[in-house]
Amino acid sequence: MKWTSRTATLLVCLAGLLFSAGALAVPNPFKSYQPDVVVSDPYIEMRTGPGRGYPVFYVAGQGDRVTLLKRKTDWFKLRLPRGSFDTKEGWVHVSQLEHTLDLDGNPLIVPKTGMEAFTARRWEFGIGGGAIDGAATINGSLAFNLNPYVGVQGEAAQILGDYSDGYMGSISVFMRPFPHSRISPFFNIGTGYIHIQPQTTIVQAEDLNDEIVHAGFGADLYVSRKFMLRMEYRRHTVLTSRDDNEELNQWKAGFSIFF
Amino acid sequence: MESRIQHIFLTRLRALAGVGCFTWMAFAGLTAPVSAYGATSPDELALEPLVVREPERREVKIDRIDTENFEIGMHAGIMNVQDFGSDMVTSIRAAYHLTESFFIEGQYGTTTLGETSFERLSGGASLLTDDQRDMRFYNVSLGYNLFPGESFLGRRWAFKGGLYLIGGVGSTDFAGDERFTINAGVGYRLAATDWLALHVTVRNHMFDSDLLGSKDTYHNIEFTGGLSLFF
Repeated sequence: MKWTSRTATLLVCLAGLLFSAGALAVPNPFKSYQPDVVVSDPYIEMRTGPGRGYPVFYVAGQGDRVTLLKRKTDWFKLRLPRGSFDTKEGWVHVSQLEHTLDLDGNPLIVPKTGMEAFTARRWEFGIGGGAIDGAATINGSLAFNLNPYVGVQGEAAQILGDYSDGYMGSISVFMRPFPHSRISPFFNIGTGYIHIQPQTTIVQAEDLNDEIVHAGFGADLYVSRKFMLRMEYRRHTVLTSRDDNEELNQWKAGFSIFF
Repeated sequence: MESRIQHIFLTRLRALAGVGCFTWMAFAGLTAPVSAYGATSPDELALEPLVVREPERREVKIDRIDTENFEIGMHAGIMNVQDFGSDMVTSIRAAYHLTESFFIEGQYGTTTLGETSFERLSGGASLLTDDQRDMRFYNVSLGYNLFPGESFLGRRWAFKGGLYLIGGVGSTDFAGDERFTINAGVGYRLAATDWLALHVTVRNHMFDSDLLGSKDTYHNIEFTGGLSLFF
């Protein structure tokens, strides 16, 4: 008798394994990942929408098995079965899910985005504004960090002055001596290209296309989640076709999302 | 027959498990597990590893849950350009929601400049070429959801939505020149479903120009309605 029940259990588990392996081998791209979890807090509040302003319309109690459907910022949409046919769907803040368990009783691990993620960030996408010798600039950048200390950044800027406008593109190498600090200073050097054209109301002026090299410094400030602010100063040397090179000072401020 | 196969199978398995266990204990060098395993019957030792492996597959991977933080939308409406009358404006917008309160948005829009009063009164004089009358603008802005919550229509309908403030910097291609532009405005977002939202926005796009003689700040009001998708 003992053997029979054990063999049966074994067979069921093997079948389960095979079935799940089969399911893993051929993932359905149209079916999104919606895991089931068990509520471990005394209760969790379900809201009608993903935000603090939406009313609580239902509570899921301890031991209830719920399905995580999707996520918007820090809010999860979950489905709670009520009886055989009825279900309730509502939004729950991530802080309430931190005490919830997976089906094996392990606490749900919600990946932290914090100082650790800030230090170990790989990709950065940034936008901002600034000024270069009195003209306004709007810039967008994409950076890849090789490690917490060194990164490479590509950047494009539009220059909008009273008398002329233009574009600037550059590639820089970033060095961060203190990547573990919330306010993380950096230095950079790089090279690029600048194009300046005079406004149509100005007469007798010509377009300029020149190579530029720059050196700069600044600091990143980690704000929250995947979000940081950046202040930066750069000194550009324009390698003009004339006898003298030209110096340009640029100030920038902006924000970045990192991944 | 059955017991014979079981016997062979389990003896092998037990032998293997015994060797495995011994090596494991030797490597771990811990006394506590030894005593714990010592109390377990050999049958359980042989069978347990097969069962224990299964729960790993049920581990919840939070990162794999579908997120809906991106929003992309199309807007259309009326834009008034100072001195140049009002015309239809269309724009595309993309937003990324950082938190429930903050989002960043990029916008690209086009409209057409009408005739100034001067051009109309003077008869034939035209300030701009047809090409210069196409106005294009883009901007990047930071938005803040000011009053998120439900709105009610009659007794039966409750809509999720809220008012948001938005402001940022950008560039406007105005009368053939690029102008640094600051925008500020307010919008209302009404969620039809989780993934579809309706917008009504009013935004002022401000830039300096000396097109009409002296340098002046132009205020250009954009009033639009739009539809956006979350993904």
